[in-house]
Amino acid sequence: MAEVIDLKDVWVSYGNTPVLEAVDLVVEDRDFLAIIGPNGGGKSTLLKVILGLIKPDRGSVRLLGDDPKKTRKYAGYVPQYISSNLDFPISVWEVVLMGCLGHKGPFRGYNEDDRKAAYEALKVVDMLDYRDRQIGELSGGQKQRVFIARSLVTRPRLLILDEPSTGIDSKRQREFYELLNRLKSEIAILLVTHDMSALSVYVDKVACLNRRLHYHNSKELSPKDLEAAYQCPVELIAHGVPHRVLKVH
Amino acid sequence: MFEILQYGFMRNAIMAAVLASIACGIIGVYVVVKKVTSLSGGISHASFGGIGLGYYLGVNPMYGLVPFSLLSAIAMGITSKRTKVAEDTAIGILWSLGMAIGIILIYLTPGYAPDLMTYLFGNILTVPLSDIYLMLALDAVIVFVVYAYYKEFMSLCFDEEFATVAGINVERLYLLLLCLIALTIVLLIKVVGIILIIALLTMPASLSSHYTKNLRKMMYISMFLGALFSITGLALSYTYDVPSGATIILVMSAVYLLHFVYHAVRPRIVRA
Ligand SMILES: Nc1ncnc2c1ncn2[C@@H]1O[C@H](COP(=O)(O)OP(=O)(O)O)[C@@H](O)[C@H]1O
Ligand SMILES: [Mg+2]
Repeated sequence: MAEVIDLKDVWVSYGNTPVLEAVDLVVEDRDFLAIIGPNGGGKSTLLKVILGLIKPDRGSVRLLGDDPKKTRKYAGYVPQYISSNLDFPISVWEVVLMGCLGHKGPFRGYNEDDRKAAYEALKVVDMLDYRDRQIGELSGGQKQRVFIARSLVTRPRLLILDEPSTGIDSKRQREFYELLNRLKSEIAILLVTHDMSALSVYVDKVACLNRRLHYHNSKELSPKDLEAAYQCPVELIAHGVPHRVLKVH
Repeated sequence: MFEILQYGFMRNAIMAAVLASIACGIIGVYVVVKKVTSLSGGISHASFGGIGLGYYLGVNPMYGLVPFSLLSAIAMGITSKRTKVAEDTAIGILWSLGMAIGIILIYLTPGYAPDLMTYLFGNILTVPLSDIYLMLALDAVIVFVVYAYYKEFMSLCFDEEFATVAGINVERLYLLLLCLIALTIVLLIKVVGIILIIALLTMPASLSSHYTKNLRKMMYISMFLGALFSITGLALSYTYDVPSGATIILVMSAVYLLHFVYHAVRPRIVRA
């Protein structure tokens, strides 16, 4: 079977500002890959390229073996910034049901299976009690959980999460990583995070992005990679980076 | 009181008010939640070109309006999404362009343009039966398309990025929504006229958002409010012999204002 994600020599710039340079990335089925890197390093841009939301200047992007425009409906995506119109008259329940949208068509309403899936997804993120609330009435962390539920509802082949744990308290964060841990036996997960403690415990592979992607298809990054990415001596960042991630020489 | 109903023009007027409220209730809610009020105002004014076209070709201006308003809606949608022209600039340009075309075409038409004022300010008391049939057809199209794409429109208005990832062609759907707005404008022209449409399109929907947080219920409530206001306005305009379009807008604005004053003052009264 084809790779879940296959980027070859991808270059992206906004106007004259280069954001991604010569990025190659392969993610296979059931990989759990975390991407770390400084702010403005291009992490969110990379995820949007993978989903075909941004067209690269150069290079090829395949998602599930095809053009991401065709295959992205099989991916679940939780963006970093909630792009939604939050005064919109919509309940938590309707937001999560909306997750089924990609597999419907005109005239076809949501059915019993969709409602069951939405119920399960809300249960997983522990938001069932809030299902009749209007989405704008929730706290930041609660909204984030609702959007995670929306991305899970169709049982995607790949889950793409852009700093999902921001705004979630530490107990919920642990539950959240446990959830990802369960999911990874079935699907591929791509997670952008600053949460170094999660890396050592749950994640299988780590890449570091600052315009260029430093990745060795493993959990290990050399101090050289990190220095290149963060552009500061590794001691300054190593305190946050678990030793199992840093390669010992 | 009820004997006025035996007049054909009154029955037509009431039917026109009800037919207008259906489209206005559904599409007005989209205009409000998607925040495309000024774009809708732009389509409405630009469609004046269609009225000019109707006069120039010597046909019922309503038949010039339908294609012309659809065209201006698509032009506005494409200019604001695909080019680097800012949306409000695109709206302003097409707004004036459409009106300019209309003025030139009316000027070029020999003789004078009868009921021009009707199109600008509306006159629900003179809606002929043929226009009622056109309104019925437009309502049918609008209800059918919204029924078919209800989920899709909801995702478009709530979260475009999500809709895109879910495989929806967001640009095409947005243009479809603008076309429905254009058809609604055509439907409303006889009621309140090009100049006053935007109030009729937004006020019932905006009021309804205070009573429910459910999109479908918002649509029903604003349909009801739209019909209530236009029939009240119609009755007042008949009784006092004042222009119907403006009276409908005044009734609506008065209720709107009272509503907000009431809600601003009430918490203080309750506390005191
Ligand atoms: N829409 C945009 N237009 C112009 N520049 C952008 C845009 N989005 C992001 N950038 C720039 O691209 C760089 C990478 O941004 P981003 O991918 O959001 O980084 P990260 O997610 O790693 O913080 C930043 O310098 C940012 O300022
Ligand atoms: Mg980011």
